[in-house]
Amino acid sequence: MLEALQFPFLQRALLAGLMVGGLASYLGVFVVQRRLSFLGDGLAHAAFAGVALGLFFHTEPLWVALPFAVAVALAITWVRERSNLGDDTAIGIFFAVSVALGVLFMSLRQGFAPDAVAYLFGSILAVTKADLLAVGAVALLVVLAAPLWKHWAYATFDRELALADRRPVSLHDYLLAGLVALMVVTAVKVVGIVLIAAFIVIPAAAARLLSRTFAAMTLLSVSFGVLSVIPGLMVAYQLDVPAGSAIVLVQAAVFALALWLRR
Amino acid sequence: MNALEFDRYSIRFGDFQVLREISLGVEEGSFVAILGPNGAGKSTLLKSVLGLTQGLPQEGRVQISGSVRVLGKDPGEVPPDWMGYVPQVKGFDRSFPALALEVVVSGLRRSWPLRIRPEERRRAEAMLEQVGALHLAGRRLGRLSGGELQRVYLARALIREPRLLLLDEPATGVDAVGEADLYRHLEAYQSAHSQGAARVTVLMITHDWEAAQHHASQVLLLNRRVVGYGRPEAVLCHECLAEAFGHVGHAHSLVMGR
Ligand SMILES: Nc1ncnc2c1ncn2[C@@H]1O[C@H](COP(=O)(O)OP(=O)(O)O)[C@@H](O)[C@H]1O
Ligand SMILES: [Mg+2]
Repeated sequence: MLEALQFPFLQRALLAGLMVGGLASYLGVFVVQRRLSFLGDGLAHAAFAGVALGLFFHTEPLWVALPFAVAVALAITWVRERSNLGDDTAIGIFFAVSVALGVLFMSLRQGFAPDAVAYLFGSILAVTKADLLAVGAVALLVVLAAPLWKHWAYATFDRELALADRRPVSLHDYLLAGLVALMVVTAVKVVGIVLIAAFIVIPAAAARLLSRTFAAMTLLSVSFGVLSVIPGLMVAYQLDVPAGSAIVLVQAAVFALALWLRR
Repeated sequence: MNALEFDRYSIRFGDFQVLREISLGVEEGSFVAILGPNGAGKSTLLKSVLGLTQGLPQEGRVQISGSVRVLGKDPGEVPPDWMGYVPQVKGFDRSFPALALEVVVSGLRRSWPLRIRPEERRRAEAMLEQVGALHLAGRRLGRLSGGELQRVYLARALIREPRLLLLDEPATGVDAVGEADLYRHLEAYQSAHSQGAARVTVLMITHDWEAAQHHASQVLLLNRRVVGYGRPEAVLCHECLAEAFGHVGHAHSLVMGR
């Protein structure tokens, strides 16, 4: 495996995998604790609609998918804030509309779209420099937003107390939703629409099983997210199986271990 | 000087008028017991002071004063550490991994602690000790009993050394000894943090008539509007109670029968 790292495509795969694993598991802590686990899936399907639209217009799919998914994320947050619909209901509606739009755009485009299949399941071994740059840019944004951890955590713990302490809770909600959307869209090319939700949910859920504090949960989640990428990629390379699946299976094993440890 | 002033303050939830034309001045340094039936709008009144009712249809004004720094301000303009709040419903996420000590520190920081500094730990532990809850410091919040939670939340409200304390049924779920402790803490806090004219004001919602009579300097009888406000012996009279509760049942005999 180590000598395999001399191949640039594997270097890119590893770097992209580590970044996506870290970003998804970091933001996933808030997503899971706010019971928005469905959000990752919803946004991934919004990304799908965006990609389909981009392919239809023969432009770079990313430039359509990014604004599309961010708009959907902000809209979901807005609906959640304004209505008494259950969290899942708001997400579910946007989810369904996104899939419907995606399928519509795909069918409008004549002929088979192999590039669209790449988005469905991701192709970490085919990650380009541009893909890597996009993930890196999102990583930079998330790092810049690190001071928001304490505010997101506070409002996750108790929204009313954060509001009583005059924190701009809904601005912070929109920022979180926007960052999750950016992360999902840039990660979709790497791990695929179908699997990105697992990257968001599984490490955080495993970390929660083993943590007494939210700080510990965050650290553990990011560790799980980053570290499961390495064995996942190794297995994928050795056995020639899809890397996204292999990584998710490693994460699931970590979750099972956490469940067992917690007994 | 008045620490708090309501001027024809009204608020609705949709078509439902919860508070109608509340006009009231709370003098600085008062200990106000707020009494009234369920659904009287007591919690809503405290939330209006905290600025939590923004965005709802409100009329009139709520103003907070207490120093040159805070003079006739709207709730949204007062420095956030001016007020300490214990909510009635502890609406926190029960599955959120939080230790009691972290909750107290969050009251100091007004955000969630990633790491607790030694100085913060010392202050938070001292505060928990004062309310008889030091042994809870390392316990998970979601596993505490109602009475234990009340103590932790009181420590959380007090640690920032607020000038205005808003306590929504802080004695509910607390044992008899704990309730006596609660009044002792509040009175001690009030006198320790009052110098000269700058005095701490306490607004506390309770259903305990007896305690209100003993400990409060003022009683506010509320039932969607102000039914009575003044010294306990003046307000807790037969007619006022009948008016606030619509009937003088058991609660009344508790007060008057002694
Ligand atoms: N967010 C809300 N939306 C609709 N109705 C509310 C809301 N909050 C409180 N109410 C209603 O307003 C009334 C007063 O509530 P509250 O202030 O909590 O009463 P209290 O604390 O005196 O028991 C109740 O009938 C309650 O159902
Ligand atoms: Mg109430």
